[in-house]
Amino acid sequence: MSAALSPARPGGAASRVPLLRAAGLVVRFPVRAGVMGRPKAWVHAVDGVDLTVQAGETLGLVGESGCGKSTLGRTLLALRRADEGSVEIEGQRVFELPPAKLKALRRHAQMVFQDPVASLDPRRTVGSSVRMGLDLHGIGTRAEREAAVAQVLRRVGLRPEHAERFPHEFSGGQRQRVGIARALVLEPRLLVCDEPVSALDVSVQAQILNLLKDVQAERGLGMVFISHNLAVVEHMADRVAVMYYGRIVELASREMLYADPQHPYTRALLAAVPSPDPAQRGGVAAPAGEPPDPARLPSGCRFRSRCPLAMPRCAAEEPPLLDLGQGHRAACWAARGA
Amino acid sequence: MSENAPLLQVRDLRTHFGTGPDAVRAVNGVDLSVDRGEVLGIVGESGCGKTVLALSILRLVDAPGRIVSGQVLFEGQDVLAMRPRALTALRGRDIAMIFQQPKASLDPVMRIGQQIAEPLRLRGGRTRAEAWREAVELLGAVGIPNPEEKARAYPHEISGGQAQRVMIATALALKPRLLIADEPTTALDVTVQAQILELLRERCRALGTALILVTHDIGVIAQMADRVAVMYAGRVVENAPVARILGDPAHPYTRGLMRSAPVMGAVQARLQEIPGGIPDLTRPLRGCAFAPRCDGRRQAGPARCDGQTPPPFIPAPGREARCWLQDGAPAAQPAPAGWS
Repeated sequence: MSAALSPARPGGAASRVPLLRAAGLVVRFPVRAGVMGRPKAWVHAVDGVDLTVQAGETLGLVGESGCGKSTLGRTLLALRRADEGSVEIEGQRVFELPPAKLKALRRHAQMVFQDPVASLDPRRTVGSSVRMGLDLHGIGTRAEREAAVAQVLRRVGLRPEHAERFPHEFSGGQRQRVGIARALVLEPRLLVCDEPVSALDVSVQAQILNLLKDVQAERGLGMVFISHNLAVVEHMADRVAVMYYGRIVELASREMLYADPQHPYTRALLAAVPSPDPAQRGGVAAPAGEPPDPARLPSGCRFRSRCPLAMPRCAAEEPPLLDLGQGHRAACWAARGA
Repeated sequence: MSENAPLLQVRDLRTHFGTGPDAVRAVNGVDLSVDRGEVLGIVGESGCGKTVLALSILRLVDAPGRIVSGQVLFEGQDVLAMRPRALTALRGRDIAMIFQQPKASLDPVMRIGQQIAEPLRLRGGRTRAEAWREAVELLGAVGIPNPEEKARAYPHEISGGQAQRVMIATALALKPRLLIADEPTTALDVTVQAQILELLRERCRALGTALILVTHDIGVIAQMADRVAVMYAGRVVENAPVARILGDPAHPYTRGLMRSAPVMGAVQARLQEIPGGIPDLTRPLRGCAFAPRCDGRRQAGPARCDGQTPPPFIPAPGREARCWLQDGAPAAQPAPAGWS
């Protein structure tokens, strides 16, 4: 099936081509447009991001609000264009594909959103919303589509008769199941989940996280899991990328990132998560100061204005994502071995 | 009243939205108390009634919601029976409240310093100049850099974290004896949340202010609370010291809540789910509201769990749990007639 999608892979080494590869990705937004709409400044929501995701792997993307993680997620699926850089899905450069080819590729690269209500048409039955992707892509006969919808609803823990109901008849957790069903019905190989459980209560969150993990394992999906919740990302991800103002500042296996964080921002994030153990109270080393204005980031390292380790070099030179060995990378001049 | 009496006592409080058979019983018979200087965490999921409970204590529930019955005693005075003037004196001076969206709670066309100074002037008897000077001091005390300059800023010129600092400064300006904070850090990033929690803890301790902290976040509860009330479907199902709630919960719902959230540093292959969802509060609840989702129902006796509301049992001194699994322990009170 994947061979049919991209018959001619560059280089011929089919197994070496990652499911998803982004290189030098930049997305910027103009701010404070003056007379004649000329932008006076730019906010770089995504500012030079490189990443890869292999089939069967979950890359966690974590960061605080405004760090660009959602914009990055949408750009990875070509739901918006990049100003610079490239995204390849199974070796195909998505921004250069003609519309028909991009549509075909999209079938296999789906997104699950934070708010399934906003992404479901309130006047359509849930079954019709789930079926829509199959209709658009002209997959199967009408009867086959209905069967596929019933099957996927069952897989996400809903009943086939739920197909006849409307979104308002469902609870938040059930709506997110519908959102997942709508993505899964197209049999994607890549799934980008943007804060999929942030709107859910913790007891329901567990149901949805278990479901996502199960279907990922069953189908060998590659997944980008975007969240501000560090505990949720640790639970879901194989590798984790930490974003700060448009940049990936640290990238490592889950084990290394949580046990031995090398970027001071990652350390601050981890230390700020309130411990569920009342014996470990207070003493949290929250990063000093306020997050900077995204249109006026500090020179050099963008974290240096809040960093306890800042030194003169940090103002002069922006640290690249340095390789620390064993796939651990951090953009910090003070990182071990940097 | 004696010095040992609780600062706040809530007795069998009921707040409904709408009337008749379709009324939503958002708060459905809540008992709790807060001691002087104590931090009470109220934890529960969306729709459990925790925010409506917080608003009910200050009689801030808007129509179609209304307090149907019960008592709220603050220093022995019945808040629900207070005349408007006494109620106005109570709000802000004795009991203050802060909310999840600090920016929505600030007046967008008023300078920040003025918003803090106003209650000091109107209710604290300060002159205009004194109130302004004190407002600047308070801004400094809540960690706003350059307080003199920031006092002249408008709400849109500050960040969400700073807005919550301003709200805390305003709420604590008159040194209330009780602060009610409804999800005060939920809209904030985790690094800012850590700063705000630290600030709340430090300020309340310095002023001897008791705190009711309403949150869905177990981590926040663990960091802040002395005692915790766990709410489900409009009732407090468990009430115990924080270490007991987290380490040895007595109610199956509390246990489920603690287990279902992923915990950093303790990765499991699968999370424990609580099956199903919250009950429809427009229907009268028969028996224990949690019974349909409960893993202890079989052991406690399905007929009883489905048919009879458990009273608050006292499995140990200072702890209460509304669960038939605790039957045999003394009950705090018999379930009143008409509970269903």
